[in-house]
Amino acid sequence: MHGLIITENILQALVAGMLVGSVYGLMCVGLGLIYGVMRVINFAQGDFLMLGMYATFYLFGWLGLGQWLGPYLGPVVAALLGAVVLYGLGVFLHRTLLSRVTGMRVAGTESEGHYPQLILTLGMSLIIANGGLILFGSMPHNIRTPLSASAWEIGPLVGQELSVFLNKARSVACIVSGLVALGLYLFISRSRLGKTLRAAADNPEAATYMGINVDAAYRVAFALGIALTAIAGGLVATYYPFQPYVGLEFVIIMYAGVVLGGFGSIIGAFWGGLTIGLVQQLSTLVLPVQLQNAAIFVVFLLIVLVRPEGLFGRNAERV
Amino acid sequence: MQRTIGRDVGLISIVALVYLAASMLIENQYYQLMLTLIPVWAILGISWNVFSGYSGMVSFGHASFFGLGAYTVTLLFVQVDLSPWFGIPIGMVVGGIAGALIGWPTFRLRGHYFALAMLAYPLALLYIFEWLGYQEVSLPMKRASPAAFMQFQDYRWYVGIALVMLVAAMASSLKIERSRFGLSLLAIKQNEPAAEAAGINTRAWKMRAIMASGAIAAGVGGFYAVVLLIVTPPSVFGMLTSAQALIVTLFGGVATVWGPVVGAAILIPLSEVLNAELGDTIPGIQGVVFGVALVLVILLAPEGIVPHLREALRRRRGERAGSSPATVVSASVHQPPISTGHANRTVSTEVVLTVERISRAFGGLQAVEDVSFDVHKGEVLGIIGPNGAGKTTLFNVLNGFIPPNAGRVTWAHANLVGLRPNEICRRGIGRTFQVVRPFLRMTVLQNVVVGAFVAEPDDEKAIALARAALARVGMADRATVLAGRLTNVELRLMELARALASRPQLLLLDETLAGLGSQEVERMLSVIDALAKSGVTIVIIEHTMQAMVRLADRFVVLDHGRMLAHGKPEAVTKDPSVIEAYLGKRWMKHAQH
Repeated sequence: MHGLIITENILQALVAGMLVGSVYGLMCVGLGLIYGVMRVINFAQGDFLMLGMYATFYLFGWLGLGQWLGPYLGPVVAALLGAVVLYGLGVFLHRTLLSRVTGMRVAGTESEGHYPQLILTLGMSLIIANGGLILFGSMPHNIRTPLSASAWEIGPLVGQELSVFLNKARSVACIVSGLVALGLYLFISRSRLGKTLRAAADNPEAATYMGINVDAAYRVAFALGIALTAIAGGLVATYYPFQPYVGLEFVIIMYAGVVLGGFGSIIGAFWGGLTIGLVQQLSTLVLPVQLQNAAIFVVFLLIVLVRPEGLFGRNAERV
Repeated sequence: MQRTIGRDVGLISIVALVYLAASMLIENQYYQLMLTLIPVWAILGISWNVFSGYSGMVSFGHASFFGLGAYTVTLLFVQVDLSPWFGIPIGMVVGGIAGALIGWPTFRLRGHYFALAMLAYPLALLYIFEWLGYQEVSLPMKRASPAAFMQFQDYRWYVGIALVMLVAAMASSLKIERSRFGLSLLAIKQNEPAAEAAGINTRAWKMRAIMASGAIAAGVGGFYAVVLLIVTPPSVFGMLTSAQALIVTLFGGVATVWGPVVGAAILIPLSEVLNAELGDTIPGIQGVVFGVALVLVILLAPEGIVPHLREALRRRRGERAGSSPATVVSASVHQPPISTGHANRTVSTEVVLTVERISRAFGGLQAVEDVSFDVHKGEVLGIIGPNGAGKTTLFNVLNGFIPPNAGRVTWAHANLVGLRPNEICRRGIGRTFQVVRPFLRMTVLQNVVVGAFVAEPDDEKAIALARAALARVGMADRATVLAGRLTNVELRLMELARALASRPQLLLLDETLAGLGSQEVERMLSVIDALAKSGVTIVIIEHTMQAMVRLADRFVVLDHGRMLAHGKPEAVTKDPSVIEAYLGKRWMKHAQH
């Protein structure tokens, strides 16, 4: 009997880890795309995630998507529409701010302009998070659908003893995240624009000689990167309450996932995020709740220290 | 770095006294608190600057040290009744140790990885301290003897203590900047491999820097706890604390003593006043102001306020003084092409360096395979071979950048394999690089001084040694120019001087003639020839034969990682296998005629 409970707990944690991990994977893909193409660590990625949550929340409410499309499709469409808004914001921010410290302008300068990039995205992060506080207030929100609190039951298995529950909102988020990540993978590897992005990432200077507009490619990568993370944000919003500072909670998860997947590898970032989800959920079995996040940091530190090229990637940046 | 810090500390103290006097006039306790917080954040900025600003290794995690200091002081106070007067120094020790513990594993990482790993430490600590049950610890009021426990009714005492700490922090920062400590860190920031090859023990300096930085941050963190009388994990380990350290420094100016102070003096009052006036109606205004300040600085004065003003001031002064000649024409006399060669050189048959069966592969590529040769005292040994022959890899093995897969390098009866580049430099082997590795934002003299540190423990003597080395390569008149302004040949000469300044017995020169015009080649050849005549043993890589035939006493020829031939130039150049390697089989017939 006792053994069954433990098995059930482990199975439940594994399933929960897969469900949240897939969404983490998608947010990591967004960050990984930006880093992979631009070599910029976007400090504000968590805050774009937060904007994605609010965009989804308001679009869902204003457009009445819940009545139109139902609880399954409604939030998903809202999240995708929110991503379009964030894509536009990304293009705007790249044009006005980021393009001044990235791309051809800084290629070959001392430390390739890391300092200015760092400061700029840190500044953006502060403005967005605190601006969010001014605009949206500090009250936690969430997107309420009947799905948040209902689950599918798998089982009972092993006679009548054991069953695993799949939260419906998380399950939808998991499936949509996987599909969007897959779509991005196909886009990057198959399409002409995807090839342009890879060329600009690989060698900006050579890409320029091949007639590629590197700044434009960076703009697409940045806007797309924050749009993808925003979709993940919108999906998280269906089962997790959020406030303007929520980005900080996720930014480490994103960094950990991206590093785990091998910095710069987009598909690796997805697996990295998934792994972080599993670590987070499985750690609940053995660690007190307060140490759950500390566990993520410790895993993150161990990974960077022991295997900085990531578990799934090959390109290291140690020298 | 030549000036002593006495005058500057005097100036700093005067500014601090004026600040203190001004604060005496203020009665409002809220403003007194603000006047205390300005030096507090300035000190945290200085702490960040001492490590990240000078060394270029960005830390997102200075809250670790700040928080550990705060909790050390608080817990000692609460649990064993120890006064902060002792708690703060103990906290500084804790901070220094934490610096070593964090630095030891994390220094293996570079660039972005380092920055991100540093981010994780304070956040992990935050959760650990919450889990330990220290969510909110307050310092009890001591009614009996408040001053003995650093508790004052009048906040102006705190302003005074904060200023004393600030002056001490600035003096340490100055001391570091003006000594080999600071210059070594700057060299690491600009080109770490070059610093290592020039004899700088990069790991040791980074370790000292993070320990000093951790101690300063922990000290001010402890004081912060005393002033606010309450500590929570988010307030000391939180993201905003780490960010604040970066923000005041980057705003004021990285790698300057005054930068963090100016940054804090502008940003802290601004955000505090806005927070007090508008905080109720517009709660996030403080963060927005910080963010906007950062964005504006990047767009308008990316190097920070202090360097920006300094540059503007200098430009204006320069204009007033009447256009000073912007370009100083290199005045070094071009010596007539001397008859280089083997005359006048004392070459013995004494072996100084033995290379035995060195091999090194990268994945499937065998870059160097089973190479053995001797270097004789006082000779010029040319290592030649086509592109990709493994010449530079061989040098990287010799000076410790790359460990060989097999083989031995013997120098002065000791095996060099396994030593780090700075240790090999310390033992008397200097090197230059195929692609020059200058410290571009330092002057020519500073570049060379970095090389001289290893030979001279005294800073003044190191400078003299550097000047002498510059004179030997004919660059004495370019000492004060920024390295970024030099021409290619001058960069190569400067790099040569940097290697010379470590007083090497053996110099490894990697394609020193690459990319030079014919006159410049002559200039370089004559310098190298003079060095050889003065008794320095030289191993030089080249792939152009003509210049080498005039310079080298012996050749070692590499091709595809293997040693093809070695011996006197005349013999080697007639060796059919060498001709084949260089020209291909088709030319064999022509060459043999």
